[in-house]
Amino acid sequence: MNQGLPPAAAPVDLNGPGHYLHWGVIQLSVANLVVIGVMVLIFVLALVLRFPKGGDRK
Amino acid sequence: MSEETQEGATGGWTGAMRRSAVKAFPPDKLLPDTQPKYVASWIYVFGVLTLAAFLVVLGTGGVLALKGPAWWHTSGFGHYVNSLHLWSVELFMAFMVIHLWGKFFMAAWRGRRVLTWITGAVAFVGSVGTAFTGYLVQQNFDSQWISTQAKDGLNAVGIGAFFNVTDFGQMLMWHIVLLPLVVGILVVLHILMVRHRGVVPPIALPGQELVAGEEAAR
Repeated sequence: MNQGLPPAAAPVDLNGPGHYLHWGVIQLSVANLVVIGVMVLIFVLALVLRFPKGGDRK
Repeated sequence: MSEETQEGATGGWTGAMRRSAVKAFPPDKLLPDTQPKYVASWIYVFGVLTLAAFLVVLGTGGVLALKGPAWWHTSGFGHYVNSLHLWSVELFMAFMVIHLWGKFFMAAWRGRRVLTWITGAVAFVGSVGTAFTGYLVQQNFDSQWISTQAKDGLNAVGIGAFFNVTDFGQMLMWHIVLLPLVVGILVVLHILMVRHRGVVPPIALPGQELVAGEEAAR
């Protein structure tokens, strides 16, 4: 029985060295790439999703 | 010297400052309860999200400063507040960058808003410095690693003598006094500029009329 596992374990196993991508002199962790991807996704959604109508607009 | 020579021109420099402040920021402009129609878009939300995250950063940072590293490294509640500080910073930076993207692509410096743009850009750079010094004062192996990696780069550009990343006391003061003061003042100036010039309207399509408010702001 794994007693060391917290009740709400991370969906990704974070125990271990990170994963990195390399393009020449550029080195980027997969975790940071995921964060950048999520930010770009939120940016696009903010542009295309309809905003709920407010009552106090000129 | 007559005290009431002219209506509205009394009170010395205090009166002059009050008159110019009221002229630049009349109450309905300083605390508006309505916004132009074009503000009803999700992309306009990220400025205030950044501000909300910034307030959580300041609040949790204040608690960490009062309780100290022995508390935030060893107690359960200390870990919790430490994590709130970290994750509010993560959200602050993410919201600020999305806000920056949005404002860049709508050329938010239009309509005499260049100072709004500049205060925002400098606040962003200051925030990067504040986050960096925050990593340096965690008092763990992570901060040791970051400081010893960073010192060579900073020494190479010649600023290591007066910005010594291995000097914990100096980095702590930068993190909890100097940089938050600079970023805080810039954020206040940035918001005042937004209030003064108004929220930037979208770019008009070719042949289309300008959105109401843009012409007046030009």
